[in-house]
Amino acid sequence: MRIVERPKPSLATKVYLVEVAKGLYLTMRHVLFNLLNPKRLPIVFFPEQKKALPPATRGRHRLMKREDDSPRCTACMLCATACPAECIHILAEEVPDPAIEKRPAKFDIDMLRCVFCGFCVEACPLDAIRMDVPEVTIADFTRNGLVYGKEFLMDHDNKDFVPGYNPPRPVTWTHGPKARP
Amino acid sequence: MSDPTFTLLNIVVMVVVMWATPLQFIPFFIWLERKGSAIIQDRIGPQRAEVLGFRLFGLVHNFADVIKLLWKENITPSAAHRSYYLLAPFWSMTLALLPLLLIPLAAPLELGGRKVVFQAADLNMGLLFILALTSLGVFGVVLAGWASNNKFSLMGGLRSSAQMISYEISMGLSIVGLLMVTQSVRVSDIVEAQSGSWGIFLQPVGFLLFLISSFAETNRNPFDLAEGESELVAGYHIEYSSVKFALFFMAEYANMVAAAFLLSTLFLGGYQVPFAPTEVLRANPGAVLTALLLLLAALGGGAGAVILKRAKQQEALHQGVKRLEPFLLGWIGLAKAGAALLLLVLFWAGVLSLPSWAPPVLGATLQMACLLLKVLFFCWLFVWVRWTLPRFRYDQLMNMGWKVMLPIALLNLLVTGVVLLIVKG
Repeated sequence: MRIVERPKPSLATKVYLVEVAKGLYLTMRHVLFNLLNPKRLPIVFFPEQKKALPPATRGRHRLMKREDDSPRCTACMLCATACPAECIHILAEEVPDPAIEKRPAKFDIDMLRCVFCGFCVEACPLDAIRMDVPEVTIADFTRNGLVYGKEFLMDHDNKDFVPGYNPPRPVTWTHGPKARP
Repeated sequence: MSDPTFTLLNIVVMVVVMWATPLQFIPFFIWLERKGSAIIQDRIGPQRAEVLGFRLFGLVHNFADVIKLLWKENITPSAAHRSYYLLAPFWSMTLALLPLLLIPLAAPLELGGRKVVFQAADLNMGLLFILALTSLGVFGVVLAGWASNNKFSLMGGLRSSAQMISYEISMGLSIVGLLMVTQSVRVSDIVEAQSGSWGIFLQPVGFLLFLISSFAETNRNPFDLAEGESELVAGYHIEYSSVKFALFFMAEYANMVAAAFLLSTLFLGGYQVPFAPTEVLRANPGAVLTALLLLLAALGGGAGAVILKRAKQQEALHQGVKRLEPFLLGWIGLAKAGAALLLLVLFWAGVLSLPSWAPPVLGATLQMACLLLKVLFFCWLFVWVRWTLPRFRYDQLMNMGWKVMLPIALLNLLVTGVVLLIVKG
């Protein structure tokens, strides 16, 4: 057993008044400095000015596409299984192409439930889902507006993706179009 | 000489003025709290709400608050004791507005053979009455805590009452020292007795004790255990919403305004202008006018300069669009300063001369301005201390009240008595 001695406060500390005066001096220094130098305040006027998000920002999801604009996703349900918030809802359908076999008919992400853990990105074997859209203020007026569907998630236009995070990996298709005999 | 109708009218006007004073202070105080905390924490505070393009540096946010609180649902918990639950906020607010009625704004003056007083009630037991009123305020808190039928509320109310009892004693004893020096409990006598030297110099220990106790008495940080949100959610006003919450919120600030008035009246000489008792003020109207105009110039010029300086930074908020308001208000401030200085020059050049009724009126105006400046200093002190110090733990609070403040107050009494005996024989 080890007894940890609490640090004994000195008499000046116990009297409080000296320490209080020191604290008041510190805050007053901030007040005077900030009043005289308003431009040096570390502030960003948020909706008008936006700070650049760091390269590794984990933002909103997007679904990646093949060369022919069809989804890379094969509805294997690994992301939905890995999701701790159970926010991914996939409905699979058949594809005539025997090399692909399945694709999602519906791919809904309920942003009201999502906890932004990124497990779905980790789980995906095809790099079909990424979380690199730098949107951190996701808001809407209706609940349904926050359930993002396949079309919305695959719409890559006019979005600034976070550079550096989740760089496009070369996917080696084991059964893709090029591997076809 | 005394005209009963005039006296009655005078008192009625003063009652309305002193009743409205804390109400006028509350929005300003809330604004001071927000801006002060923001500036202490390197932020800029509220500045978004606007009416017709005017933002008044965040003062407009108070309107937004009022509208929000009025429109919120007024909930009464089904398990609450209904009548007491409704009584509590009114009790708090009413008692918070009363103590100011006994505080003089300026020395009484003779005007055309009539005596004008600047005090609603000059009771011969004035200070005791003020103390009675401020200590009755705790009943609102206790009543709210008990009637809400909520554990956290009850704990908040209990803590508050225990805290009040322990700090009321040192508060009362710290004042006794002052009373021994001034030999009166009539508030106007106490202020008059400080014309030579302020109570803070006669009773420095008493002042510190009274200051600390009034922080505890107004439930203010570092003694705001009654609403310690880390332990009690919000303390006694958890179950209150809408206007009833607004009343508690306003009562807290009104209490602080009353405490600021009381502190400046008892220990900073009330309306006394430093180095210039009432007779000196009346004898030198020129100097008084100079002081008043210089004060106006300093306030207008300072405010205008700060507004104009901050206007440039505010442009970033509007993406470079220049806004009218800061320039308008800034230049109005500077113009006010210029006008005051011009008047001053005209007066000293002999172009303007003072009418015969001017000396007492000017003296009273300067005294009111002086009292207001002292009160503003204490208002800022309340804000400053709140955003500097952490909250006391409950046992520390009790230890400090009973084991430190009470003995020091008693010792202060002893020393004061001995010194008085030696000095006065």
